[in-house]
Amino acid sequence: MELGFLLGSLLKIIAIIAYIYGLMWVLGRPSIWAKIAGLVGAFAVVQLALTDINGFRLLNNFDNGLLFQACAMTMVALGLNLIYGFNGQFSLGQWGFYGIGAYAAADITYRWINGDARGLLVLGLGTLLGTLVLIGINTWLQRFRGIPVLSSFTLYLIGALIAGTVAVYLGNQLNPLITPLLGTAGEPGPLNTPAVQQIIYFLSVILAGIFAAQISFLFGLPVLTLGSDYFGIATLGFTIVVNTLMVNSDTILPFPEMKGGRGMIGIPKLTTWFSAFFFMMLVIIIMRNLIHSSTGRSLVAVREDEVAAKAMGIDVAGAKLFAFVVGSFFAGLGGAVYAHYIGFLSPGTFDFLAGFNPLIIVVFGGLGSMTGTITATFGWIFFLEGMLRVLLSQMGTEAPTWRFVLYPITLLLLMLIRPQGLLGSVEWGFLKGPQFTPAPRSRPEPAHESVA
Amino acid sequence: MQTVQVPSTPVVYHRQQPLLWVGRGFFAILGLLVLYILGTNLIKNPTLFAQIFISGLQLGFVYAMIALGYTMVYGIVKLINFAHGDVFMVGAFTSFYAVSKYRLHQWPNTVFPNLDPGIGVIIGAITVILLSMLVCMILAITIERVAYKPLRDAPRISALITAIGVSFFLEFYGALNFVFSPRFIPYERPFEVVAWYIKDGIHRVLPGQQAPENSITFSNIFLIIIGVSILIQLLLQYLVRRTKIGIAMRACSYDRQAARLMGIDVDRVISFTFAVGAAFAGAGGVLYAIAYSLIWTQLGILPGLKAFVAAVLGGIGSIPGAFVGALIMGQAEAMTMGYISTPMRDAVAFTILIIVLLLRPTGIFGEPEKEKA
Repeated sequence: MELGFLLGSLLKIIAIIAYIYGLMWVLGRPSIWAKIAGLVGAFAVVQLALTDINGFRLLNNFDNGLLFQACAMTMVALGLNLIYGFNGQFSLGQWGFYGIGAYAAADITYRWINGDARGLLVLGLGTLLGTLVLIGINTWLQRFRGIPVLSSFTLYLIGALIAGTVAVYLGNQLNPLITPLLGTAGEPGPLNTPAVQQIIYFLSVILAGIFAAQISFLFGLPVLTLGSDYFGIATLGFTIVVNTLMVNSDTILPFPEMKGGRGMIGIPKLTTWFSAFFFMMLVIIIMRNLIHSSTGRSLVAVREDEVAAKAMGIDVAGAKLFAFVVGSFFAGLGGAVYAHYIGFLSPGTFDFLAGFNPLIIVVFGGLGSMTGTITATFGWIFFLEGMLRVLLSQMGTEAPTWRFVLYPITLLLLMLIRPQGLLGSVEWGFLKGPQFTPAPRSRPEPAHESVA
Repeated sequence: MQTVQVPSTPVVYHRQQPLLWVGRGFFAILGLLVLYILGTNLIKNPTLFAQIFISGLQLGFVYAMIALGYTMVYGIVKLINFAHGDVFMVGAFTSFYAVSKYRLHQWPNTVFPNLDPGIGVIIGAITVILLSMLVCMILAITIERVAYKPLRDAPRISALITAIGVSFFLEFYGALNFVFSPRFIPYERPFEVVAWYIKDGIHRVLPGQQAPENSITFSNIFLIIIGVSILIQLLLQYLVRRTKIGIAMRACSYDRQAARLMGIDVDRVISFTFAVGAAFAGAGGVLYAIAYSLIWTQLGILPGLKAFVAAVLGGIGSIPGAFVGALIMGQAEAMTMGYISTPMRDAVAFTILIIVLLLRPTGIFGEPEKEKA
């Protein structure tokens, strides 16, 4: 039975990786109709496999869960690859932003289905006002030259705090207008139909991403000025601080519904295959287009040589901050999707030890290779979680520990033998970037016809 | 994008920083706020303040022993030796097995039955600490030879990831059932705890009794930790200033290539540095386990990270800096636990790291770093 299960898992991994490669190949075709057909087809194939037809499902509940987990992890790992692989900033804070996104989105939908619109109102207004204030301060600071990071950080921090306070005040004022339409958890009102909940869920995912991005902006602005390894430790500290706050979210932070270390239960399970696929493809397409733009090339230039990049006129600090913010945005999206799939959040999930998973995926797949990251994520989730199920039956509770014994050995061997990752920076199909067909070049006429 | 007008007259660029007062003022206000909180608490209840100060001192001296290893290794190979905290953990576990399983702390009394039990316990405890130091040294040299040496010329981040990998390996390999087991293990102390309290003179807390209210208590563990820690500091100062290998270490940390040209065996010096740092961490692990008497395999992560913060605070690469930074860290943590809330202690440590790196990246004792790739 176990051999059969293993073979089945292996087949599934091969199938899913072939699926991804096929999708990327179709998206790489020049025709826009081919791309649209590819996306719709790819969505439909898995949707069909997940549907129950006469009691037969190609992918069972377990695979379904792995699939959603892999989608969320792909977003996180791609974000980290943007920060570390493409921009060269070694960050361990990705897991913290993932947790922030998960908790923020879960709070919105949890409050919404329980007849409280404050989550959506406060976070929506907060992100809106916060973005406006940050942009306003940024334009004002353009007047000064050579402003120290310390001062600009202080100004941004004060601005963000004021925006947050105003958002909380406005949210509390506006809440009674919406609350009657929501009803209670027992008898849902007109704004709590499944369709509206889906809309709120999509909004909450995007708001969670923006919220994570704003926090990463405030945090990254001062910390990115540090050297490479100090930055790694500071971001590790960020993850630990976020985890501490999660454990005390009902005592230190004013969120009794998060229930601190006991874990937040009762999050509506709103993630469907459509939303997971939608957000994953959104992240993949945004990131691919970003990397093959001039901004993306400037990010890679900063990774290769900061001094040379500065000499070429690239704003090095700005490029680092940009990559960090966009990467954290992706992490926030991933966290939100994950929260609504699993329906239960506990601080243990966002422990900084678990935060090394995306790092190992990125290093394994190849620094600066989106193809490698996506392949590694799907292979990783399906292989390891599948293996865990087999191993758990044989070894009992020691299997997870063994897993963590094997990770570092893999990491060590990889660092010693192939530090650029398994795939290096090889890309495939769509991810290779736009392929320009060179215009047919006529041979230039010789200026002086030599007289024979 | 802003269009820049070309000035008609040549512009002399000063290194002036507009709005610098905003940032400085903000952090000055923060500092004053912290001082105000501490001051009011000191006036309100001086004995409680002194008690918290003593526990902070105990924590700080333990951190000092770990921070030395970080700062020495970083000074020479520019590597954040992430596995250092786990070497500390291995030191604690070694002493646990030596004490609970093999009763090593009783060997003087079993070999020489006529010996005074007091002296016997002291010799036994010293043996346990020395054994832990030895095991940690061997472990650190092995780690250095296997994992770090092949990456000496690789990018710094590769070495950091390797260090993280080693750290994980030690934690989770130790958590396997046939190694240390993943449980919290109560640690059996090799000697009895004796506590004193200060109220109208120093009195001993009798066994089975509580110290009276409004008194400051301290134990023999506190004294031992301070004693060992200061002894190690002096030993290290002697080692670095006066011995040949210490001079070689300083030469390597100044310029490794030039040191190699001068005929110094750099690899041997680096191994020696790792070994010395690990030995001190091992001693720290034993004392930490004796003081808090509960051990598990992830014991070393947070003390290790905080000791690193302490090393950065004092100026990484500087030995007195690590000592002072560790004392400040210990106080910060104890004050947070006493006056704000216990779970925030980790948050405060990393907030301090970020603020220090912003305001004074070279630390208190650090010299301005010369630009090196």
